Amino acid sequence: MEKRFIYADNAATTAVSEEVLNAMLPHFRTAYGNASSIYKLGRDAQRDVEEARDKVAKAIGAEPKEIFFTSCGSESDNWAIKGIAETMAKKGKKHIVTSVFEHHAVLHTCEYLAKHGFEITYVPVSDKGLVDPEDVKNAIREDTALVTIMYANNEIGTIQPIEEIAAVCHEKNVIFHTDAVQAVGHVEIDVKKQGIDMLSLSGHKIHAQKGIGVLYVRKGITLPNLIHGGAQERNKRAGTENVPAIVGLGVAIEAATRNISEKAAVIIPRRNRLIDGILQLPYTRLNGDREKRLPGNINISIEGIEGESLLLMLDQYGICASSGSACTSGSLDPSHVLLSIGLKHEVAHGSLRLSIEDDVTDEDVDYILEVVPKVVERLRSMSPVWEKMMNGEEVK
Amino acid sequence: MMYSEKVLDHFSNPRNVGEIENADGVGEIGNAKCGDIMKMYLKIDNGIITDAKFKTFGCGAAIATSSMATELIKGKSIDDALKLTNDAVVEALDGLPAVKIHCSVLAEQAVRSALSDYYTKQGIDPLPIVGEIKEPEE
Repeated sequence: MEKRFIYADNAATTAVSEEVLNAMLPHFRTAYGNASSIYKLGRDAQRDVEEARDKVAKAIGAEPKEIFFTSCGSESDNWAIKGIAETMAKKGKKHIVTSVFEHHAVLHTCEYLAKHGFEITYVPVSDKGLVDPEDVKNAIREDTALVTIMYANNEIGTIQPIEEIAAVCHEKNVIFHTDAVQAVGHVEIDVKKQGIDMLSLSGHKIHAQKGIGVLYVRKGITLPNLIHGGAQERNKRAGTENVPAIVGLGVAIEAATRNISEKAAVIIPRRNRLIDGILQLPYTRLNGDREKRLPGNINISIEGIEGESLLLMLDQYGICASSGSACTSGSLDPSHVLLSIGLKHEVAHGSLRLSIEDDVTDEDVDYILEVVPKVVERLRSMSPVWEKMMNGEEVK
Repeated sequence: MMYSEKVLDHFSNPRNVGEIENADGVGEIGNAKCGDIMKMYLKIDNGIITDAKFKTFGCGAAIATSSMATELIKGKSIDDALKLTNDAVVEALDGLPAVKIHCSVLAEQAVRSALSDYYTKQGIDPLPIVGEIKEPEE
């Protein structure tokens, strides 16, 4: 078996595409003007920034003036949630509805607000990793300022019923924000049609560079300024525009949303082959709904082994993957996402996430399906937990 | 997170993996909930640890510290093995990331747990010799 290099962690980050890089490069050495400057070099930069804004708007069905560039998805989430909290608190609304399995950019922001007088309701998710719009509806109160529910989960890839959730929010006149960092470029998004009031997205998940994000804010919603200073981003977020990154994001989002269904048609059969192949191993389970999931997401729990050692061994075979084990989360607890869908701690420790795009070939799939069982067998052979399971003893 | 070359080496090629049949002392420490379990087997002749093996469920550092701990006590006297500290394991591995130090504590405690079992099997109260075994906090 010849060693390959397979990048199967696109949910973590992606490579900058050649198309994006080529669009960015002139903005470093020749077209480097400050978009606020009056001369042609500056005006050109301004034009390119606005062109990128148009592209982002078009990609999600928004208007250009509803698009604000930020430095990352986390910043967008923070701004949306803390901004609305600040505005609505003045009207006496100090309650936020979110879900238990949000990204930490949302969860920790809500925890912060909870320390500052806000009440947070965390709606549960089903064992398939789906939010029930009814739960959201029931959680909304008179004093609810905001509902924030992610579009697609970053670990298990489940796609939430966004349109239905938006509908229950509007029924009760509550603003709806969604963290769509994992969804953009993988599923069709139309903020107007779907009733999304605010949406966060990130460039580096769709082949733009790291350090650029977007917050879409529907016309009519007032957010307080995030950074005070110059007049950039319609006075809302001061700071000289990161022109190369913005231009790159424009190209990236156009490319990512150009042929979503064609890409999915290539990726889904490979994803399914990976899922079915890995599930051949005994004591494994697929995490997250099989149908309502991102085209490239595979998340499987493999009992008897621990995730980080699995990743380190896969790395030796040139496979880049991810896990929800405690050892990769930096705490003693495994992923809150896996716990939220009802996994026991010891099962959650042994999860494997692969997130593939269309550059992972059928041969790559074969290779992964050859390597994973080998590595799992090796780790299980040295695992006292596996030994206990095989002896029918209780695992504590 | 940065693992040293030594840690990666002991993870990729762990020394002394397996079990010892009719071991003179067997110790187990940790729990699956926390994500680390180490099981250690010792063969002891005339107060000398002639063989040591382990099985570990855990991260790269858990496997590497188990491997290093068995290396450090093989051929040593029980007294020397009882002096094995987690710091010595960390040092022998050229360091561990701060969040992984608890793995070296587990390795130290796994050795002590196996020695404790050895004394119990000999009909000797291990507590005055080995002391309390510290289970990791949940």
